Amino acid sequence: MSFSPNSPYSSGLRVEEESARVIPEPGSPLISFRGIHKSFGENGENKVLIGIDLEVYQGETMVILGRSGSGKTVLTSMLVGLNTPDAGVITVEGVEITEFVTDTDWRNLRLRTGYLFQGSALYDSMTVGENVAFPMVQHTDWSEPEIERRVAEKLGQVGLAGVEPLDPTALSGGMQRRAALARSLALDPQIIIYDEPTAGLDPVTGDEISRLIRRLQEVQEVLKVTSIVVTHDLRLTQLVADRLVLLHEGQWVFQGTYEEFLRSSHPEVRRFLHREPQGETTP
Amino acid sequence: MKEGLFYRAGHQTMAFIDYMGDLFLFWVDSCRSLLHPPWFVREVIAQMYHLGVKSFTLVVVACFAVGLVLAMQGIKVLSWFGAANYIATSVAMSFVRELGPLLAGIMVAARGGAGMGAELGSMRVTHQLDALTVSAVNPMKYLVVTRILACMLVLPLLTVAANLVGILGGMVIGVTQVGMTPTYYYTLTVKYLTLKDVLPGIGKTSIFGLIVGTVGCYHGYNTEHGTFGVGQATKTAVVRSILLILIADVFLTKLTLLLWP
Repeated sequence: MSFSPNSPYSSGLRVEEESARVIPEPGSPLISFRGIHKSFGENGENKVLIGIDLEVYQGETMVILGRSGSGKTVLTSMLVGLNTPDAGVITVEGVEITEFVTDTDWRNLRLRTGYLFQGSALYDSMTVGENVAFPMVQHTDWSEPEIERRVAEKLGQVGLAGVEPLDPTALSGGMQRRAALARSLALDPQIIIYDEPTAGLDPVTGDEISRLIRRLQEVQEVLKVTSIVVTHDLRLTQLVADRLVLLHEGQWVFQGTYEEFLRSSHPEVRRFLHREPQGETTP
Repeated sequence: MKEGLFYRAGHQTMAFIDYMGDLFLFWVDSCRSLLHPPWFVREVIAQMYHLGVKSFTLVVVACFAVGLVLAMQGIKVLSWFGAANYIATSVAMSFVRELGPLLAGIMVAARGGAGMGAELGSMRVTHQLDALTVSAVNPMKYLVVTRILACMLVLPLLTVAANLVGILGGMVIGVTQVGMTPTYYYTLTVKYLTLKDVLPGIGKTSIFGLIVGTVGCYHGYNTEHGTFGVGQATKTAVVRSILLILIADVFLTKLTLLLWP
């Protein structure tokens, strides 16, 4: 396994030395899932993904919609090696990441991917500031004042200026989600994965997070940052989606823009839009 | 078919062998991650502080109490033979060869093993371990190796303190009950003590540290079933690390007696 010499994933150098971005040829996907299968259970009786094919292009925001248990998180977590497919191929920038085995293989891709966990997953043995600084301390040669400056900048971006000395547990759910977002932005990733960013939050806070992601998107558009948002929140989808897919029973049943989604006559799309349980369809 | 005694004993034995195999592979995995940098030296020092400094009072109080009790019981028996003065030698030998290392190991297992099981367990269920992984930081190396090393380095130091405080406890009884002077007690303490008595005892606590670190981290790292699992991991980490320390002590004592008779 080797990356092209120009690829930002190709070297083991620290982040600052790898600022060159590779823009894929127009039309070629940045991320590609081909025939992804995944099952759980001792005999693989719980089939979660059944031959998923999906492409994500550089600079776009792809929303993956679906009911709970439809395999959205399982699919995206494969991009950072938290899950592996039983069958199928995933490529990022043309490199087959399904062949990655060691941490060294994954390192450069992980350094360029920000991952916002559903439950925030802030390190509770550290302060908020230390949480955001953690990736910088581990992977850069930046001086302490430089890291402090960048931490303040990232926290400012998510509207949490001045919370550096606080314990993560002292923050509300929405603030924790924002602090986690600041941490996932710490190394200016080229790919950001948002796993249910509004789940478990009240509608107002959820809306704040959605607008924050939209605002960040506007900034990141210039940098051609690619985002994948896993959610079942239609308000968030409307705000941020360039394209969306709807997963159902291990396969995608719809792919297109939000407007096309609203117009779609696919029964599963209608059920999802009208929040109906499986089996009932609005005429 | 009703399961008989032999069936259950065999089943338990196989489960224990299976568990030891898992533990060994977990340890090998942690060792393998040590082959490449970074080595997180600052994290090792931080863990040494957490384990060592914060277990210090516990170890000191426990060993002082055991030193007092050992001397009180020992004087009773030695006085039957008119050798009450030899309580100094008896307490010193008991502590440096066995009690100091064992008590320090058990205290650290109780405090540190529980702490590691609970901390890593809650990190597992709240996806903090996954967050480390996606940050391109190997959690095995950052959390497990640093804790195992810290245990291995800090336990010998705690054992030195345990030995000194245990002997001091014996001295308090020797002075107050037998009427020995502190100088005489000290003279009798060091008269028969050699490095062959002291060093193997201190050395074997590194193995105890390896056990505490590996078992505590293994149960925390592999926690399942949410917060219920964290409780289980904590309890199992403490119980099994103490049990394994006691089993290892049998073999290590036999080995030291063979090597330094």
